[in-house]
Amino acid sequence: MSCIEQKKYKILLEKTTFKESREYIEKSSEEVYYVPPGYKIFNDYYVIGIPPIALGARDNALFFTYTKPCHGTFVLTIDDEESKKEIERLREMGKGKTTASSKKSKPLESSNKPTTSYQDIWKNKI
Amino acid sequence: MIDAKVLLMMGCPEVPIQTSIALYLSHKLTNLGLDVTVAGTDAATKLLKVSDSDGYYAKKLVDLDKTLEDIIEKRNDFDICFAFMHNDAGMTYAATMGAISQAKLYSIVFGRHAETLAETIEFDCEKIVATAVHNPVQLKNKLDRVVEEIVK
Repeated sequence: MSCIEQKKYKILLEKTTFKESREYIEKSSEEVYYVPPGYKIFNDYYVIGIPPIALGARDNALFFTYTKPCHGTFVLTIDDEESKKEIERLREMGKGKTTASSKKSKPLESSNKPTTSYQDIWKNKI
Repeated sequence: MIDAKVLLMMGCPEVPIQTSIALYLSHKLTNLGLDVTVAGTDAATKLLKVSDSDGYYAKKLVDLDKTLEDIIEKRNDFDICFAFMHNDAGMTYAATMGAISQAKLYSIVFGRHAETLAETIEFDCEKIVATAVHNPVQLKNKLDRVVEEIVK
C-alpha cells in the first residue's frame, strides 16, 4: 500500500485521527464521494479506514486519507492526469456524492463524540 | 471451531505488551489446533522474529498491508481476527478488517488510554480492553477467557 509514497503528493493534514481526516476532506472539497474500505485508487493503492471513507475532489485534485500504524492518519492530495481520471471514475459511479452547496447544511459529527476526547489525548502523546 | 483460520493483526509496536501477547496468543491458539497467522508492520514483525527466532511461537508471520490487500482481492480470508490497537490508526485498521473480511472480529484494546479508545469503536466487534502498557497479565487473563469460549 506504500506505492502512494512514490507519487507526487502534498500533505494537507498529518498525524491525526481518521474521523478528523474525514471531516477535513468533507469541508475542504468541492465534491465528496464515499467509498467502502478497500476501494482502489491509482491502480494499486487501497484506501482503508472507518466507513464511510470520504474521497474529495477540487478541480483535478483528489483528496484522500492515508493511515500509517505508528503515525496516524494523513490527508494527502494528488493533482495530475491520474487524479483527474480517478475523479472522473468517482463521478461516473456518483454514489454518495455531496457538493459544496449541500455540505453547508450538513451537521458535524461532534454530537457522537465521547465526553473525553481521545483525539486530544492521542495528539498530545505525539 | 478447531479448524478455524485465525489472524492476529498487530499495529504499531510502541506499547511493549503487544509483542508478548501476540506470541502468547499465537502459541496458545496453535496448540489448540487453530491455524494462526500473525500480521504486522515491519517493526512489529521484526520484534517478533528476534524474540522468536526459530518461529516456535509464531509459525506464520506476514506483512499487514499485504494481508489486507489479499483479503480485499479475495485471495485469502480468515474465520477469526484479533486486532491489536492502542491508537487511532490501530482502530482504523481493525475497522477496515471488519468491513472487508467475514472473520469474527475481536478488538484487543490496550495502552494508557485503552478505555477512552474503546469507547470510540463504532464497528461490530467484541472488545477486550485492558489499561496496560508494560504488564501483560491482565490482558492475558482476559484473552484466556475469550479463547475458552472460542474452543468450547
